[in-house]
Amino acid sequence: MGSITFIEHNGNQHKVDIEEGSSLMQAAMDNSVPGVDADCGGECACGTCHVIVDKNWVSVIGNTTEIETQMLDMTPEKADTSRLSCQITVTEAMDGMVVRLPEFQM
Amino acid sequence: MNFLSSIVEKSASLTSMPAIVEKATSLVSIPVIVEKTSKVIPLPLQIKGIHLFLKAKNKVWKSKSVPVFIESPIPDVSTLAIEDIDVSNPFLFKQNMWESYFKRLRDECPVHYQKNSPFGPFWSVTRYKDIVFVDRRHDLFSAEPIIVIGDRPEGMAIETFIAMDPPKHDIQRKAVQNVVAPKNLLEMEDLIRSRAVDVLDNLPIDEPFDWVEKVSVELTARMLATLFDFPYEHRHKLAYWSDVIAASPETTGGECSADEMFIGAAEMAEYFTRLWREKEAKKEAGEEMGYDLISLLLSNEKTKNMINKPMEFMGNLALLIVGGNDTTRNSMTGGVLALNEFPNEFIKLKNDPSLIPNMVSEIIRWQTPLAYMRRVAKEDVELNGKTIKKGDKVVMWYVSGNRDERSIDQPDQFMIDRKKARNHLSFGFGIHRCMGNRLAEMQLRILWEELLTRFDNIEVLDEPEYVQSNFVKGYTKMMVKLSAKT
Repeated sequence: MGSITFIEHNGNQHKVDIEEGSSLMQAAMDNSVPGVDADCGGECACGTCHVIVDKNWVSVIGNTTEIETQMLDMTPEKADTSRLSCQITVTEAMDGMVVRLPEFQM
Repeated sequence: MNFLSSIVEKSASLTSMPAIVEKATSLVSIPVIVEKTSKVIPLPLQIKGIHLFLKAKNKVWKSKSVPVFIESPIPDVSTLAIEDIDVSNPFLFKQNMWESYFKRLRDECPVHYQKNSPFGPFWSVTRYKDIVFVDRRHDLFSAEPIIVIGDRPEGMAIETFIAMDPPKHDIQRKAVQNVVAPKNLLEMEDLIRSRAVDVLDNLPIDEPFDWVEKVSVELTARMLATLFDFPYEHRHKLAYWSDVIAASPETTGGECSADEMFIGAAEMAEYFTRLWREKEAKKEAGEEMGYDLISLLLSNEKTKNMINKPMEFMGNLALLIVGGNDTTRNSMTGGVLALNEFPNEFIKLKNDPSLIPNMVSEIIRWQTPLAYMRRVAKEDVELNGKTIKKGDKVVMWYVSGNRDERSIDQPDQFMIDRKKARNHLSFGFGIHRCMGNRLAEMQLRILWEELLTRFDNIEVLDEPEYVQSNFVKGYTKMMVKLSAKT
Protein backbone atom coordinates (compact mmCIF):
# COMPACT_ATOMS: atom_id res chain seq x y z
CA MET A 1 0.00 0.00 0.00
CA GLY A 2 1.38 3.42 -0.97
CA SER A 3 1.32 6.65 0.98
CA ILE A 4 0.81 10.39 0.65
CA THR A 5 2.59 12.98 2.78
CA PHE A 6 0.89 16.10 4.14
CA ILE A 7 3.24 18.85 5.29
CA GLU A 8 1.82 21.40 7.71
CA HIS A 9 2.77 25.03 7.39
CA ASN A 10 5.13 24.64 10.36
CA GLY A 11 6.93 21.79 8.62
CA ASN A 12 5.39 18.86 10.49
CA GLN A 13 4.94 15.88 8.20
CA HIS A 14 2.12 13.35 8.23
CA LYS A 15 2.40 10.25 6.10
CA VAL A 16 -0.97 8.62 5.45
CA ASP A 17 -1.77 5.32 3.74
CA ILE A 18 -3.54 5.41 0.42
CA GLU A 19 -7.10 4.21 0.45
CA GLU A 20 -8.11 4.09 -3.15
CA GLY A 21 -11.38 5.80 -4.01
CA SER A 22 -11.63 8.01 -0.94
CA SER A 23 -11.01 11.73 -1.22
CA LEU A 24 -7.74 13.33 -0.22
CA MET A 25 -9.71 15.41 2.31
CA GLN A 26 -11.11 12.22 3.85
CA ALA A 27 -7.60 10.78 4.03
CA ALA A 28 -6.49 13.83 6.00
CA MET A 29 -9.53 13.70 8.30
CA ASP A 30 -9.29 9.95 8.90
CA ASN A 31 -5.66 10.37 9.92
CA SER A 32 -6.26 13.50 12.02
CA VAL A 33 -3.95 15.66 9.96
CA PRO A 34 -4.15 19.10 11.60
CA GLY A 35 -4.92 22.10 9.43
CA VAL A 36 -7.78 20.66 7.37
CA ASP A 37 -11.21 21.80 8.60
CA ALA A 38 -13.55 20.46 5.87
CA ASP A 39 -16.47 22.51 7.13
CA CYS A 40 -18.85 21.42 4.36
CA GLY A 41 -17.93 17.76 4.60
CA GLY A 42 -16.78 17.40 0.99
CA GLU A 43 -19.27 19.38 -1.08
CA CYS A 44 -16.75 21.76 -2.65
CA ALA A 45 -18.65 24.52 -0.88
CA CYS A 46 -16.49 25.96 1.89
CA GLY A 47 -12.85 26.06 0.82
CA THR A 48 -11.51 24.82 4.17
CA CYS A 49 -9.73 21.70 2.89
CA HIS A 50 -7.29 23.74 0.84
CA VAL A 51 -3.99 22.04 0.01
CA ILE A 52 -1.09 23.01 -2.22
CA VAL A 53 0.01 20.07 -4.34
CA ASP A 54 3.70 19.62 -5.06
CA LYS A 55 4.16 20.72 -8.65
CA ASN A 56 5.63 17.38 -9.72
CA TRP A 57 2.30 15.74 -8.93
CA VAL A 58 -0.08 18.08 -10.67
CA SER A 59 -0.54 15.78 -13.66
CA VAL A 60 -1.72 12.93 -11.43
CA ILE A 61 -4.50 14.70 -9.55
CA GLY A 62 -6.93 15.53 -12.34
CA ASN A 63 -8.56 18.78 -13.35
CA THR A 64 -10.10 21.57 -11.36
CA THR A 65 -13.76 22.34 -11.97
CA GLU A 66 -14.98 25.90 -12.31
CA ILE A 67 -16.78 25.77 -8.99
CA GLU A 68 -13.61 24.60 -7.26
CA THR A 69 -11.62 27.41 -8.81
CA GLN A 70 -14.20 29.91 -7.60
CA MET A 71 -13.98 28.60 -4.07
CA LEU A 72 -10.18 28.63 -4.17
CA ASP A 73 -10.19 32.20 -5.41
CA MET A 74 -11.68 33.21 -2.10
CA THR A 75 -8.65 32.29 -0.08
CA PRO A 76 -5.84 34.86 0.13
CA GLU A 77 -3.33 32.01 0.32
CA LYS A 78 -4.13 30.51 -3.06
CA ALA A 79 -1.05 29.28 -4.94
CA ASP A 80 -0.59 28.02 -8.51
CA THR A 81 -1.13 24.40 -7.54
CA SER A 82 -3.83 24.96 -4.94
CA ARG A 83 -6.65 22.44 -4.77
CA LEU A 84 -9.55 21.57 -2.56
CA SER A 85 -8.62 18.15 -1.23
CA CYS A 86 -12.25 17.00 -1.19
CA GLN A 87 -12.20 17.20 -4.99
CA ILE A 88 -9.21 14.87 -5.41
CA THR A 89 -9.89 11.12 -5.49
CA VAL A 90 -6.98 9.14 -4.12
CA THR A 91 -5.41 6.48 -6.38
CA GLU A 92 -2.36 4.23 -6.12
CA ALA A 93 -0.75 6.44 -8.76
CA MET A 94 -0.39 9.03 -5.97
CA ASP A 95 2.07 6.89 -4.02
CA GLY A 96 4.77 9.23 -2.76
CA MET A 97 2.79 12.43 -3.46
CA VAL A 98 3.50 15.46 -1.28
CA VAL A 99 0.89 18.12 -0.50
CA ARG A 100 1.42 21.19 1.65
CA LEU A 101 -1.12 22.81 3.92
CA PRO A 102 -1.61 26.56 3.91
CA GLU A 103 -0.97 28.57 7.07
CA PHE A 104 -4.70 29.16 7.50
CA GLN A 105 -7.91 27.70 6.14
CA MET A 106 -10.49 30.32 5.31
CA MET B 1 -30.11 55.72 -3.95
CA ASN B 2 -29.16 55.62 -7.59
CA PHE B 3 -31.45 57.94 -9.38
CA LEU B 4 -31.56 60.20 -6.46
CA SER B 5 -28.07 61.44 -6.63
CA SER B 6 -29.15 63.17 -9.79
CA ILE B 7 -32.07 64.65 -7.95
CA VAL B 8 -29.86 66.07 -5.30
CA GLU B 9 -27.87 67.83 -7.91
CA LYS B 10 -30.95 69.26 -9.51
CA SER B 11 -32.62 70.07 -6.26
CA ALA B 12 -30.03 72.67 -5.51
CA SER B 13 -31.43 74.81 -8.25
CA LEU B 14 -35.07 73.94 -7.74
CA THR B 15 -37.37 75.60 -5.35
CA SER B 16 -40.50 73.50 -5.10
CA MET B 17 -40.76 69.85 -4.20
CA PRO B 18 -43.37 68.89 -6.82
CA ALA B 19 -40.95 69.99 -9.50
CA ILE B 20 -38.31 67.68 -8.14
CA VAL B 21 -40.76 64.89 -8.04
CA GLU B 22 -41.81 65.38 -11.62
CA LYS B 23 -38.29 65.34 -12.88
CA ALA B 24 -37.57 62.33 -10.87
CA THR B 25 -40.41 60.18 -12.03
CA SER B 26 -39.13 60.23 -15.54
CA LEU B 27 -35.99 58.63 -14.22
CA VAL B 28 -37.60 56.02 -12.12
CA SER B 29 -36.15 52.74 -13.30
CA ILE B 30 -32.66 53.92 -13.49
CA PRO B 31 -29.33 53.08 -12.27
CA VAL B 32 -27.76 56.38 -13.19
CA ILE B 33 -25.08 58.80 -12.72
CA VAL B 34 -23.98 57.99 -9.23
CA GLU B 35 -20.41 57.65 -10.29
CA LYS B 36 -20.46 61.08 -11.89
CA THR B 37 -22.32 62.97 -9.25
CA SER B 38 -20.50 61.34 -6.40
CA LYS B 39 -17.51 63.46 -7.08
CA VAL B 40 -19.61 66.60 -7.00
CA ILE B 41 -22.10 65.96 -4.24
CA PRO B 42 -20.87 64.70 -0.90
CA LEU B 43 -22.27 61.27 -0.17
CA PRO B 44 -24.17 62.14 3.03
CA LEU B 45 -25.95 64.91 1.14
CA GLN B 46 -26.90 62.49 -1.59
CA ILE B 47 -28.51 60.19 0.92
CA LYS B 48 -30.33 63.00 2.65
CA GLY B 49 -31.51 64.13 -0.76
CA ILE B 50 -32.95 60.73 -1.55
CA HIS B 51 -34.75 60.70 1.71
CA LEU B 52 -36.32 64.13 1.16
CA PHE B 53 -37.26 63.17 -2.33
CA LEU B 54 -38.96 59.97 -1.27
CA LYS B 55 -40.86 61.74 1.45
CA ALA B 56 -42.11 64.27 -1.06
CA LYS B 57 -42.93 61.64 -3.61
CA ASN B 58 -44.87 59.61 -1.10
CA LYS B 59 -46.93 62.67 -0.28
CA VAL B 60 -47.81 63.32 -3.89
CA TRP B 61 -48.31 59.76 -5.11
CA LYS B 62 -49.23 56.60 -3.35
CA SER B 63 -45.92 54.85 -3.34
CA LYS B 64 -45.48 51.11 -3.01
CA SER B 65 -46.95 50.18 0.34
CA VAL B 66 -44.69 49.14 3.17
CA PRO B 67 -46.11 46.24 5.16
CA VAL B 68 -47.22 47.03 8.69
CA PHE B 69 -46.68 44.29 11.24
CA ILE B 70 -48.84 44.15 14.33
CA GLU B 71 -48.02 41.42 16.77
CA SER B 72 -50.57 38.74 17.61
CA PRO B 73 -50.04 35.30 19.15
CA ILE B 74 -48.75 32.77 16.64
CA PRO B 75 -50.99 29.67 16.49
CA ASP B 76 -49.82 26.14 17.13
CA VAL B 77 -48.51 24.91 13.78
CA SER B 78 -50.60 21.72 13.95
CA THR B 79 -53.77 23.82 13.56
CA LEU B 80 -52.72 25.13 10.13
CA ALA B 81 -53.08 23.77 6.63
CA ILE B 82 -49.64 23.25 5.15
CA GLU B 83 -50.16 25.90 2.46
CA ASP B 84 -51.04 28.47 5.12
CA ILE B 85 -47.76 28.15 6.95
CA ASP B 86 -45.86 31.40 6.56
CA VAL B 87 -42.40 31.31 8.10
CA SER B 88 -41.71 34.88 6.96
CA ASN B 89 -43.78 36.05 9.94
CA PRO B 90 -41.41 38.40 11.81
CA PHE B 91 -42.81 37.24 15.16
CA LEU B 92 -41.95 33.58 14.67
CA PHE B 93 -38.57 34.02 16.35
CA LYS B 94 -39.80 36.74 18.67
CA GLN B 95 -42.40 34.39 20.15
CA ASN B 96 -39.93 31.50 20.06
CA MET B 97 -42.34 29.39 18.01
CA TRP B 98 -40.03 28.61 15.11
CA GLU B 99 -38.89 25.09 15.99
CA SER B 100 -42.25 23.37 15.51
CA TYR B 101 -42.98 25.36 12.35
CA PHE B 102 -39.78 24.35 10.64
CA LYS B 103 -39.97 20.78 11.88
CA ARG B 104 -43.36 20.42 10.24
CA LEU B 105 -42.06 21.83 6.97
CA ARG B 106 -39.00 19.57 7.03
CA ASP B 107 -41.14 16.51 7.68
CA GLU B 108 -44.15 17.18 5.48
CA CYS B 109 -43.15 19.66 2.82
CA PRO B 110 -39.40 20.30 2.75
CA VAL B 111 -39.61 22.53 -0.31
CA HIS B 112 -42.62 24.67 0.53
CA TYR B 113 -44.40 27.40 -1.40
CA GLN B 114 -46.09 30.27 0.39
CA LYS B 115 -47.95 32.32 -2.18
CA ASN B 116 -49.43 35.10 -0.04
CA SER B 117 -46.84 36.41 2.36
CA PRO B 118 -46.57 40.14 3.11
CA PHE B 119 -43.27 39.93 1.22
CA GLY B 120 -44.82 38.28 -1.81
CA PRO B 121 -44.66 34.61 -2.79
CA PHE B 122 -41.57 32.60 -1.90
CA TRP B 123 -40.22 29.06 -1.63
CA SER B 124 -38.80 27.76 1.64
CA VAL B 125 -36.01 25.19 1.51
CA THR B 126 -35.76 23.60 4.95
CA ARG B 127 -33.62 20.44 4.81
CA TYR B 128 -29.85 20.55 5.24
CA LYS B 129 -28.95 18.78 2.00
CA ASP B 130 -31.33 20.80 -0.14
CA ILE B 131 -29.95 24.01 1.35
CA VAL B 132 -26.39 22.99 0.50
CA PHE B 133 -27.55 22.28 -3.05
CA VAL B 134 -29.15 25.70 -3.52
CA ASP B 135 -26.29 27.53 -1.83
CA ARG B 136 -23.54 26.03 -3.97
CA ARG B 137 -25.43 26.28 -7.28
CA HIS B 138 -25.03 29.98 -7.90
CA ASP B 139 -25.36 29.12 -11.57
CA LEU B 140 -29.02 28.19 -10.91
CA PHE B 141 -29.85 30.61 -8.11
CA SER B 142 -28.99 34.30 -8.16
CA ALA B 143 -28.19 36.31 -5.04
CA GLU B 144 -29.31 39.52 -6.74
CA PRO B 145 -30.68 42.00 -5.93
CA ILE B 146 -30.97 41.33 -2.18
CA ILE B 147 -30.55 38.38 0.20
CA VAL B 148 -33.52 39.00 2.51
CA ILE B 149 -37.10 37.98 1.73
CA GLY B 150 -38.55 41.43 1.11
CA ASP B 151 -37.62 43.94 -1.54
CA ARG B 152 -35.11 46.67 -1.03
CA PRO B 153 -36.44 49.83 0.53
CA GLU B 154 -37.06 52.27 -2.24
CA GLY B 155 -34.00 54.34 -3.04
CA MET B 156 -31.55 52.28 -1.01
CA ALA B 157 -29.77 50.62 -3.88
CA ILE B 158 -26.38 50.26 -2.28
CA GLU B 159 -24.14 47.69 -3.89
CA THR B 160 -22.84 44.87 -1.83
CA PHE B 161 -21.18 41.73 -3.05
CA ILE B 162 -23.22 39.42 -0.83
CA ALA B 163 -26.05 40.26 -3.23
CA MET B 164 -24.06 40.00 -6.48
CA ASP B 165 -23.40 37.12 -8.82
CA PRO B 166 -20.05 36.31 -10.44
CA PRO B 167 -18.01 37.75 -11.96
CA LYS B 168 -18.67 41.06 -10.21
CA HIS B 169 -19.08 39.37 -6.84
CA ASP B 170 -15.69 37.69 -7.06
CA ILE B 171 -13.84 40.91 -7.84
CA GLN B 172 -15.45 42.90 -5.05
CA ARG B 173 -15.13 40.22 -2.44
CA LYS B 174 -11.48 39.68 -3.21
CA ALA B 175 -10.87 43.38 -2.74
CA VAL B 176 -12.00 43.38 0.88
CA GLN B 177 -11.64 39.85 2.17
CA ASN B 178 -8.07 40.32 3.40
CA VAL B 179 -9.41 42.54 6.15
CA VAL B 180 -10.79 39.49 7.91
CA ALA B 181 -8.23 36.98 6.65
CA PRO B 182 -6.65 34.91 9.45
CA LYS B 183 -3.27 36.58 8.88
CA ASN B 184 -4.73 39.97 9.59
CA LEU B 185 -6.76 38.70 12.53
CA LEU B 186 -3.59 37.55 14.20
CA GLU B 187 -2.48 41.17 14.25
CA MET B 188 -5.70 42.21 15.94
CA GLU B 189 -6.22 39.43 18.44
CA ASP B 190 -4.38 41.07 21.33
CA LEU B 191 -6.24 44.33 20.95
CA ILE B 192 -9.61 42.59 20.68
CA ARG B 193 -8.78 40.54 23.76
CA SER B 194 -7.69 43.50 25.85
CA ARG B 195 -10.85 45.39 24.96
CA ALA B 196 -12.96 42.36 25.88
CA VAL B 197 -11.15 41.92 29.18
CA ASP B 198 -11.85 45.52 30.06
CA VAL B 199 -15.60 44.91 29.61
CA LEU B 200 -15.63 41.69 31.63
CA ASP B 201 -13.58 43.11 34.49
CA ASN B 202 -16.16 45.82 35.01
CA LEU B 203 -19.29 43.66 35.12
CA PRO B 204 -21.35 43.59 38.32
CA ILE B 205 -21.09 40.44 40.42
CA ASP B 206 -24.10 38.88 42.20
CA GLU B 207 -26.54 41.42 40.86
CA PRO B 208 -28.85 41.21 37.86
CA PHE B 209 -27.93 43.00 34.63
CA ASP B 210 -28.78 42.81 30.93
CA TRP B 211 -26.19 40.61 29.19
CA VAL B 212 -27.24 41.84 25.75
CA GLU B 213 -26.55 45.46 26.53
CA LYS B 214 -23.55 45.17 28.80
CA VAL B 215 -21.67 42.36 27.09
CA SER B 216 -22.89 41.35 23.63
CA VAL B 217 -23.57 44.81 22.20
CA GLU B 218 -20.59 46.36 23.93
CA LEU B 219 -18.10 43.73 22.80
CA THR B 220 -19.24 43.69 19.19
CA ALA B 221 -19.19 47.47 19.04
CA ARG B 222 -15.64 47.46 20.40
CA MET B 223 -14.60 44.81 17.92
CA LEU B 224 -16.06 46.73 15.00
CA ALA B 225 -14.35 49.90 16.18
CA THR B 226 -11.09 47.93 16.28
CA LEU B 227 -11.64 46.46 12.83
CA PHE B 228 -12.41 49.85 11.31
CA ASP B 229 -10.05 51.85 13.55
CA PHE B 230 -13.19 53.87 14.15
CA PRO B 231 -13.18 56.67 16.77
CA TYR B 232 -13.51 54.58 19.90
CA GLU B 233 -15.72 56.96 21.83
CA HIS B 234 -18.30 56.84 19.01
CA ARG B 235 -18.31 53.06 18.68
CA HIS B 236 -21.98 52.69 19.63
CA LYS B 237 -22.87 54.43 16.40
CA LEU B 238 -21.63 51.35 14.56
CA ALA B 239 -24.05 49.08 16.38
CA TYR B 240 -26.87 51.57 15.88
CA TRP B 241 -26.27 51.87 12.12
CA SER B 242 -26.17 48.14 11.79
CA ASP B 243 -29.49 47.85 13.57
CA VAL B 244 -31.27 50.40 11.41
CA ILE B 245 -29.84 49.12 8.13
CA ALA B 246 -30.92 45.52 8.77
CA ALA B 247 -34.32 46.18 10.30
CA SER B 248 -36.71 47.78 7.84
CA PRO B 249 -40.22 46.31 7.75
CA GLU B 250 -40.23 45.76 3.99
CA THR B 251 -37.05 43.67 4.00
CA THR B 252 -37.22 41.58 7.18
CA GLY B 253 -40.34 42.63 9.06
CA GLY B 254 -38.22 44.67 11.45
CA GLU B 255 -39.21 47.69 13.46
CA CYS B 256 -37.08 50.42 11.95
CA SER B 257 -38.71 53.20 9.93
CA ALA B 258 -37.45 54.42 6.57
CA ASP B 259 -36.75 57.76 8.23
CA GLU B 260 -34.44 56.18 10.77
CA MET B 261 -32.74 54.16 8.08
CA PHE B 262 -32.00 57.11 5.84
CA ILE B 263 -30.83 59.30 8.68
CA GLY B 264 -28.62 56.46 9.91
CA ALA B 265 -27.20 55.84 6.45
CA ALA B 266 -26.45 59.51 5.91
CA GLU B 267 -24.71 59.75 9.25
CA MET B 268 -22.73 56.62 8.53
CA ALA B 269 -21.62 57.97 5.16
CA GLU B 270 -20.52 61.18 6.82
CA TYR B 271 -18.43 59.44 9.46
CA PHE B 272 -16.80 57.05 7.07
CA THR B 273 -16.08 59.63 4.43
CA ARG B 274 -14.24 61.63 7.05
CA LEU B 275 -12.37 58.57 8.29
CA TRP B 276 -11.37 57.68 4.73
CA ARG B 277 -10.05 61.16 4.04
CA GLU B 278 -8.02 61.17 7.26
CA LYS B 279 -6.40 57.86 6.44
CA GLU B 280 -5.81 58.95 2.88
CA ALA B 281 -3.97 62.02 4.16
CA LYS B 282 -1.88 59.80 6.41
CA LYS B 283 -1.00 57.60 3.48
CA GLU B 284 -0.04 60.57 1.34
CA ALA B 285 2.15 61.88 4.15
CA GLY B 286 3.99 58.56 4.02
CA GLU B 287 2.90 57.43 7.48
CA GLU B 288 2.70 53.76 8.29
CA MET B 289 -0.72 52.28 7.57
CA GLY B 290 -2.53 50.05 10.04
CA TYR B 291 -4.38 46.78 9.66
CA ASP B 292 -7.83 48.33 9.75
CA LEU B 293 -10.33 48.04 6.94
CA ILE B 294 -9.91 51.47 5.41
CA SER B 295 -6.11 51.37 5.54
CA LEU B 296 -6.18 48.03 3.76
CA LEU B 297 -8.58 49.34 1.13
CA LEU B 298 -6.39 52.38 0.60
CA SER B 299 -3.28 50.23 0.28
CA ASN B 300 -4.79 48.03 -2.42
CA GLU B 301 -4.47 49.20 -6.03
CA LYS B 302 -7.92 47.90 -6.89
CA THR B 303 -9.73 49.59 -4.04
CA LYS B 304 -7.75 52.72 -3.26
CA ASN B 305 -10.32 54.88 -5.07
CA MET B 306 -13.40 53.12 -3.77
CA ILE B 307 -14.69 56.31 -2.21
CA ASN B 308 -15.38 57.59 -5.70
CA LYS B 309 -17.92 54.83 -6.12
CA PRO B 310 -20.22 55.68 -3.23
CA MET B 311 -22.73 52.88 -3.71
CA GLU B 312 -19.92 50.38 -3.56
CA PHE B 313 -18.22 52.16 -0.68
CA MET B 314 -21.40 52.29 1.38
CA GLY B 315 -22.34 48.77 0.38
CA ASN B 316 -19.08 47.24 1.52
CA LEU B 317 -19.12 49.15 4.78
CA ALA B 318 -22.73 48.27 5.48
CA LEU B 319 -22.04 44.63 4.74
CA LEU B 320 -19.07 44.47 7.08
CA ILE B 321 -20.85 46.38 9.83
CA VAL B 322 -24.06 44.37 9.65
CA GLY B 323 -22.15 41.14 9.06
CA GLY B 324 -19.95 41.72 12.07
CA ASN B 325 -22.63 42.95 14.40
CA ASP B 326 -25.90 41.04 14.78
CA THR B 327 -24.28 37.72 14.10
CA THR B 328 -21.59 37.78 16.75
CA ARG B 329 -23.70 39.75 19.19
CA ASN B 330 -26.48 37.20 19.18
CA SER B 331 -24.09 34.26 19.32
CA MET B 332 -22.55 35.84 22.43
CA THR B 333 -25.98 35.86 24.06
CA GLY B 334 -27.06 32.53 22.56
CA GLY B 335 -24.07 30.70 24.02
CA VAL B 336 -24.94 31.79 27.56
CA LEU B 337 -28.57 30.82 27.06
CA ALA B 338 -27.63 27.42 25.63
CA LEU B 339 -25.35 26.62 28.56
CA ASN B 340 -28.20 27.51 30.93
CA GLU B 341 -30.64 25.28 29.09
CA PHE B 342 -28.08 22.46 29.06
CA PRO B 343 -26.37 22.82 32.44
CA ASN B 344 -24.41 19.60 32.10
CA GLU B 345 -22.60 21.14 29.17
CA PHE B 346 -21.54 24.03 31.39
CA ILE B 347 -20.00 21.56 33.82
CA LYS B 348 -18.29 19.77 30.93
CA LEU B 349 -16.90 23.09 29.75
CA LYS B 350 -15.55 24.07 33.15
CA ASN B 351 -13.87 20.69 33.46
CA ASP B 352 -12.29 20.95 30.03
CA PRO B 353 -11.80 24.45 28.61
CA SER B 354 -10.01 22.94 25.60
CA LEU B 355 -13.52 22.27 24.29
CA ILE B 356 -14.01 26.00 23.66
CA PRO B 357 -13.20 25.99 19.92
CA ASN B 358 -15.56 23.09 19.30
CA MET B 359 -18.21 24.72 21.49
CA VAL B 360 -17.92 27.91 19.47
CA SER B 361 -18.98 26.04 16.31
CA GLU B 362 -21.80 24.41 18.25
CA ILE B 363 -23.01 27.79 19.55
CA ILE B 364 -23.03 29.18 16.02
CA ARG B 365 -25.06 26.19 14.82
CA TRP B 366 -27.46 26.21 17.77
CA GLN B 367 -28.06 29.95 17.55
CA THR B 368 -27.97 30.41 13.73
CA PRO B 369 -27.94 34.20 14.18
CA LEU B 370 -28.98 34.85 10.58
CA ALA B 371 -31.95 32.61 9.85
CA TYR B 372 -31.62 32.41 6.06
CA MET B 373 -30.32 33.77 2.78
CA ARG B 374 -32.58 34.40 -0.18
CA ARG B 375 -31.98 33.58 -3.85
CA VAL B 376 -33.92 33.91 -7.10
CA ALA B 377 -34.14 30.95 -9.51
CA LYS B 378 -32.40 31.73 -12.80
CA GLU B 379 -34.19 28.87 -14.56
CA ASP B 380 -36.80 26.22 -13.69
CA VAL B 381 -35.26 23.89 -11.11
CA GLU B 382 -36.58 20.57 -9.76
CA LEU B 383 -35.91 20.25 -6.04
CA ASN B 384 -37.18 17.46 -3.81
CA GLY B 385 -40.20 16.83 -6.05
CA LYS B 386 -41.19 20.47 -6.58
CA THR B 387 -40.61 22.67 -9.60
CA ILE B 388 -39.24 26.06 -8.72
CA LYS B 389 -39.98 28.39 -11.61
CA LYS B 390 -37.53 30.82 -13.10
CA GLY B 391 -37.83 34.13 -11.25
CA ASP B 392 -39.23 32.63 -8.03
CA LYS B 393 -37.77 33.69 -4.70
CA VAL B 394 -36.10 30.84 -2.84
CA VAL B 395 -35.29 31.12 0.87
CA MET B 396 -32.67 28.78 2.34
CA TRP B 397 -33.61 28.46 5.99
CA TYR B 398 -30.26 27.77 7.65
CA VAL B 399 -32.04 27.86 10.99
CA SER B 400 -34.07 24.83 9.90
CA GLY B 401 -31.25 22.93 8.16
CA ASN B 402 -29.20 23.25 11.33
CA ARG B 403 -31.94 21.32 13.15
CA ASP B 404 -32.45 18.71 10.42
CA GLU B 405 -32.36 15.30 12.05
CA ARG B 406 -31.57 13.76 8.64
CA SER B 407 -28.13 15.38 8.64
CA ILE B 408 -27.37 16.26 12.26
CA ASP B 409 -27.39 13.87 15.19
CA GLN B 410 -29.85 14.97 17.94
CA PRO B 411 -30.00 18.44 16.43
CA ASP B 412 -32.03 20.07 19.20
CA GLN B 413 -29.40 19.10 21.77
CA PHE B 414 -26.63 21.55 22.52
CA MET B 415 -23.46 19.44 22.77
CA ILE B 416 -20.19 21.27 23.22
CA ASP B 417 -18.21 18.17 22.29
CA ARG B 418 -20.38 17.39 19.26
CA LYS B 419 -18.53 15.48 16.55
CA LYS B 420 -18.26 17.37 13.26
CA ALA B 421 -19.53 20.52 14.96
CA ARG B 422 -18.00 22.54 12.14
CA ASN B 423 -20.43 21.01 9.64
CA HIS B 424 -23.21 23.55 10.17
CA LEU B 425 -25.01 25.92 7.82
CA SER B 426 -24.78 29.19 9.74
CA PHE B 427 -21.99 30.60 7.57
CA GLY B 428 -23.64 29.47 4.36
CA PHE B 429 -21.84 27.48 1.68
CA GLY B 430 -20.54 28.29 -1.77
CA ILE B 431 -19.14 31.56 -3.04
CA HIS B 432 -21.16 33.68 -0.59
CA ARG B 433 -19.92 31.79 2.46
CA CYS B 434 -19.45 34.15 5.38
CA MET B 435 -16.21 36.03 4.91
CA GLY B 436 -15.88 36.90 8.59
CA ASN B 437 -16.28 33.36 9.88
CA ARG B 438 -12.79 33.23 11.35
CA LEU B 439 -13.24 36.59 13.04
CA ALA B 440 -16.54 35.45 14.53
CA GLU B 441 -14.98 32.27 15.85
CA MET B 442 -12.05 34.18 17.25
CA GLN B 443 -14.25 36.65 19.11
CA LEU B 444 -16.41 33.95 20.63
CA ARG B 445 -13.33 31.95 21.59
CA ILE B 446 -11.77 34.97 23.32
CA LEU B 447 -15.02 35.72 25.13
CA TRP B 448 -15.34 32.20 26.52
CA GLU B 449 -11.66 31.93 27.42
CA GLU B 450 -11.90 35.12 29.42
CA LEU B 451 -15.30 34.28 30.95
CA LEU B 452 -14.09 30.94 32.27
CA THR B 453 -11.11 32.47 34.04
CA ARG B 454 -13.35 34.97 35.86
CA PHE B 455 -16.76 33.56 36.58
CA ASP B 456 -18.06 30.42 38.16
CA ASN B 457 -21.56 30.78 36.82
CA ILE B 458 -23.62 32.93 34.48
CA GLU B 459 -27.19 32.43 35.52
CA VAL B 460 -29.98 33.43 33.14
CA LEU B 461 -32.71 34.90 35.36
CA ASP B 462 -35.66 35.28 32.96
CA GLU B 463 -36.81 34.24 29.54
CA PRO B 464 -34.86 36.43 27.12
CA GLU B 465 -36.62 38.89 24.85
CA TYR B 466 -36.21 38.29 21.13
CA VAL B 467 -35.76 40.53 18.08
CA GLN B 468 -38.70 41.17 15.75
CA SER B 469 -37.39 40.00 12.38
CA ASN B 470 -37.61 37.06 10.04
CA PHE B 471 -33.88 37.37 9.31
CA VAL B 472 -32.01 38.25 12.48
CA LYS B 473 -32.51 35.54 15.06
CA GLY B 474 -31.46 37.36 18.16
CA TYR B 475 -32.06 38.92 21.51
CA THR B 476 -32.98 42.37 22.74
CA LYS B 477 -32.64 41.58 26.43
CA MET B 478 -31.43 38.79 28.67
CA MET B 479 -31.10 39.32 32.40
CA VAL B 480 -28.28 37.38 34.05
CA LYS B 481 -26.37 37.19 37.31
CA LEU B 482 -22.68 36.38 37.58
CA SER B 483 -20.93 34.53 40.35
CA ALA B 484 -17.24 35.19 40.73
CA LYS B 485 -14.77 32.36 40.64
CA THR B 486 -13.69 31.42 44.11
